[in-house]
Amino acid sequence: MLGLNKKDLGVLLLVALLALAAPILLNPFPADSGMAQFNAGYPDLMQRFVIFGIFAIGYNILFGLTGYLSFGHAAFLGVGSYSAVWMMKLLSMNVIPAIVLSVIVAGLFSVVIGYVSLRRSGIYFSILTLAFAQMSFNLAYSVLTPITNGETGLQISLSDPRVLDGANAPSYPNLFGAQMNSAATLELGSWSFTFSVGYYLCAFLMLVAFYISIRIFRSPFGLMLRAVKSNQQRMNYTGLNTKPYTLAAFVISGMYAGLAGGLLASMDPLAGAERMQWTASGEVVLMTILGGAGTLLGPVLGAGFIKYFENIFSKINDNVLHGWFSFMPDGLEDFIVTIIHPFVGKGWHLTLGLLFMLVVIFLPGGLVEGGQRIGRMFRRKKSDPNTPDGETTPAE
Amino acid sequence: MSFSNLTRRGLIKTSAAAGAGLALPTYLSAASHAGFTNAPQGDTVTLGFNVPQSGPYADEGADELRAFELAVEHLNGGGDGGMLNTFSSKALEGNGILGKKVQYVTGDTQTKSDAARASAQSMIQKDGAVMISGGSSSGVAVAVQGLCQEAGVIFMAGLTHSNDTTGKDKKANGFRHFFNAYMSAAALAPVLKNLYGDDRKVYSLTADYTWGWTQQESIQAATEAMGWETINDVRTPLAATDFSSYIAPVLNSGADVLVLNHYGGNMVNSLTNAVQFGLRDKQVNGKNFEIVVPLYSELMARGAGKNIAGIVGSQNWDWKLEDQLGSRYTGTNAFVQSFGTKYGFPPSQAAQTCYAQTLLYADAVARAGSFNPCAVVEALEGFEFDGLGNGPTLYRAGDHQCFKDVVVVKGKENPENEYDLVEIVEATPAEKVTYDVDHPMFAGGELGNCNPGA
Repeated sequence: MLGLNKKDLGVLLLVALLALAAPILLNPFPADSGMAQFNAGYPDLMQRFVIFGIFAIGYNILFGLTGYLSFGHAAFLGVGSYSAVWMMKLLSMNVIPAIVLSVIVAGLFSVVIGYVSLRRSGIYFSILTLAFAQMSFNLAYSVLTPITNGETGLQISLSDPRVLDGANAPSYPNLFGAQMNSAATLELGSWSFTFSVGYYLCAFLMLVAFYISIRIFRSPFGLMLRAVKSNQQRMNYTGLNTKPYTLAAFVISGMYAGLAGGLLASMDPLAGAERMQWTASGEVVLMTILGGAGTLLGPVLGAGFIKYFENIFSKINDNVLHGWFSFMPDGLEDFIVTIIHPFVGKGWHLTLGLLFMLVVIFLPGGLVEGGQRIGRMFRRKKSDPNTPDGETTPAE
Repeated sequence: MSFSNLTRRGLIKTSAAAGAGLALPTYLSAASHAGFTNAPQGDTVTLGFNVPQSGPYADEGADELRAFELAVEHLNGGGDGGMLNTFSSKALEGNGILGKKVQYVTGDTQTKSDAARASAQSMIQKDGAVMISGGSSSGVAVAVQGLCQEAGVIFMAGLTHSNDTTGKDKKANGFRHFFNAYMSAAALAPVLKNLYGDDRKVYSLTADYTWGWTQQESIQAATEAMGWETINDVRTPLAATDFSSYIAPVLNSGADVLVLNHYGGNMVNSLTNAVQFGLRDKQVNGKNFEIVVPLYSELMARGAGKNIAGIVGSQNWDWKLEDQLGSRYTGTNAFVQSFGTKYGFPPSQAAQTCYAQTLLYADAVARAGSFNPCAVVEALEGFEFDGLGNGPTLYRAGDHQCFKDVVVVKGKENPENEYDLVEIVEATPAEKVTYDVDHPMFAGGELGNCNPGA
């Protein structure tokens, strides 16, 4: 079905199911319990999960397949955001033109940057892309202020022209009238689940992006990209020009980033220059490696993992900690809070850093490898009596 | 991964179940609707305090958070009541807001618009905050104010000094108690003329975002009106930490006044750099070289140490106001008293504005008898009050800006202790800094209608 083999179809269906049920799965704790702090099932965060999932899926096409480590992908995200907001300012609050233009502009932009950067490989390529991204960031901050509104960020306002919109058109990003922020809430006892239009649009586009990525992974084109990763010199000696392939991969991943940027702006009509900063470029590298570079599911997992930490752990303050440990005697409570304090709240980077180190050291293949190991552990136990040689895992 | 037992019957069953699950909320959701976003349920109400806990404005953010905690404590009837006792409106009874206990959530804006909006979004969507307050950067305030307008909650701006917050980016759901760049310039110009004469050449360094732009514009307009000349204005990135490369060109520019449109950590660093370069000891055009910092706070004075001595600037409020200028500024001592008791040092102007904003919101809800943003907007528009430390104040309906006296200050030459670093030069009366709603520096935006959300 859909040109996929059984295993890939299974993965796609699994992702689709998870995406569909995310508002329920991510809200496992009742809204009035102490654990509600860890619920992630609110629209803004779920949107971030899938949007950065798209970003990481695209990045994985470049990094996971060709091994080219780009340190400048945030530039495409930023460019996508700016073009989307401009479309909403000039044309219409409907998100379709915004998203389409953001993909096109990011694509064009990546052709230019890719053409120059791909003349080199390895560390030189990384530095070139980093330089381009920082250039875009600084331009957006200074000379391009009329277009980007500098540090303040580009916002929509009531007085924008919006030539396609009538007088009564919604003043919020919408899909043919369905506003991105409109949501339905399902109350089941003390649980509360929010289903929002914006999230399901993002989730749908993420599934499309994921499907395309599977097809690329399984295509002859994908095989060629993997060949580039394993030995580019050898390919060149056999008379193959690898540059068109790497450039195509670069542009595709740039367009993915543009799509992510356009979606970010569609969910929340604001574009700021900090989206292009090198830290944002580094973040997508972390997501991909944390989840598992070169695997299909890894980047999505990594993106969810990092965004969860950024949004949930950063909001645990001392007050919350004292609430948790209030059952202890005073001295002990203060002591425990002091110990945990550096790791939560504004210290969430520290926790994430430690986890990242653990993953890289013990699970070089990322979270996906962790999952595989656990899976293998169970499978071996089950199959041991019948097949002494164990079940072979199909090659990737 | 094995999906071998996926049969047609199984697929149909699953999709039917999923479809039913998705269709369910459409008729279930209507039950708990109260006509506006995050209507408080039960006996508590949640407020969101979104302040910078990292980045150049982290110090201000920490002080804002202290003030918010204090305000919540007073609203719930704890502590000594602080400014609740001096506030001219007596609608608040110390039993929470409308009898509901006040709870709060905090977030880190990182002084970045994106992060601030994500943090505010989670407060609104996840924690059910009915009001968002905070911010120590106008860029962030403008971004979060826009978000609150769309989401249908009230935004009570904290420390934001750009003209745009209540100018071209004003929103019906947003309110600002803090003063703005235009007011600073209007209050500073006469003082600067007295001190430094009417023939000066200005070189300015400006933080490159909405606040810096509008403050530079305001100062330039006000000083040029009294005969000064602006010879250069250089924009510096907000993230900059070393300003030596920006200070060096000042030496040979022919300017005799340096205006630093910097705030927080930026200002501490740029002022220190400027003093290290010997600017204060220089003679240019036969006059002493002077440095002006149009907006600064006690926290920044503490950060800059000795370098602040003799530097002229303006403030929204100072903790010594009531002691030095009399009972017009009643409320000041009550607030300093309860803040000092709780934290052991006097509050900054950022703390005062955040405390006042929280009280003003609670009072507006109490007077309106509802948490509905539109009712709150109506209660705050044109509201005249006193006793929050700034003297008689008006919340103007046309742009949701507070009009009150502006304090002009000067760094003390010989401070007695680390909290008493500035002396009050004068308090410029509110009418001298008042402008029209359609003043050119504030034109280009519209409030729109209040948005109660879902």
